[in-house]
Amino acid sequence: MVNVIWVGLILIAIIYSFLTGQIDTINNGILTHATSGVNLILEMMPLIVLWTGIMKIAEKSGLLQVFAKVLNPLLRRLFPSLPKDHLALGYIASNIGANMLGLGSAATPFGLKAMAELQKDNPKKDTATEAMITFLVLNTGGVTLIPTTVIALRLMYNSANPTEIIITSILATAVSSISGLVLDYFIRRRRRL
Amino acid sequence: MNLISKIVIPLFVLFIIIYGVKKHVNVYDSFLEGAKEGLVLVFHITPTVIAMVFAVNIFLDSNFIDGLLGFLKPFFDLVNIPLDILPMALLRPISGTASLAIMNDIFAHFGPDSYIGRLASTLQGCTDTTIYVLALYFGSIKVVKTKYALPVGLFADLMGILAAFIITFIFFG
Repeated sequence: MVNVIWVGLILIAIIYSFLTGQIDTINNGILTHATSGVNLILEMMPLIVLWTGIMKIAEKSGLLQVFAKVLNPLLRRLFPSLPKDHLALGYIASNIGANMLGLGSAATPFGLKAMAELQKDNPKKDTATEAMITFLVLNTGGVTLIPTTVIALRLMYNSANPTEIIITSILATAVSSISGLVLDYFIRRRRRL
Repeated sequence: MNLISKIVIPLFVLFIIIYGVKKHVNVYDSFLEGAKEGLVLVFHITPTVIAMVFAVNIFLDSNFIDGLLGFLKPFFDLVNIPLDILPMALLRPISGTASLAIMNDIFAHFGPDSYIGRLASTLQGCTDTTIYVLALYFGSIKVVKTKYALPVGLFADLMGILAAFIITFIFFG
């Protein structure tokens, strides 16, 4: 599926540029954007290494399992296929917590660790499990309670009330996440019948 | 509010370390072990990130979205949706940086407290970059058969974006 999108983006970009005579732009783009990707990786690397290090301490001390227990009523319903003490649940709980607080830079490493833990019990390594998809839907819905970046930008542009959009953002994000999770739930149920 | 968001991370780190020491975990060695796993993780996601950044960026360079919107303009004028917001709504699932840049432009042109400024703020907060997150998370564990993940993710985005338009209208319209 990602495959199709990747091919689509590149085909549209190159053919449309040819048709509209922007050959220089696309030529430059192709030659420079690998660097943009590497720059993004270099930006993420220290955060990923730092947070996976810190979270390893939480994993060994049993704190991660405590997080999972706190969110258990929610997680049990969302991930019925996982046993209650699955290590991935601790990382999923941390990921949800970080996302809610608007700490995207910490949320990504937690999410990647959660996927790695889920992959450990995946019988078919090249195929997504139900739990992985539910986690992904939860994540792409972006359950953000405090959109920190948006508020910071509004503040920079002298907004009279930078935080007034918190409530509208929470409502919109709730609609997005809930509709994703509901659709995911029905697909899972239909596949089991 | 600002203080809270600044204090969360230091407190969280402090809490993890104190809890680790209390439970007699070798804190430093655990950190190194985790950090090493983190490095391997970075190594695994590098091809995915480069592939996605490359494709998304040349797509943005081609100005295809602008061309498409020029074509659709008469229709959107008819239903009274501000055209400046549409590139942002379309790009939100593909690129977080691109939609953030458009929000920045909108704030600069119309101000953050204008109707369109508030709409842009809500749109940015309503969903995450689905295609990027999907490629990154599945790429990191080499899952290629993503089954129904993408359609469900995009459905959630669509509902979130529609909700952002409606809710902003109800609150500020």
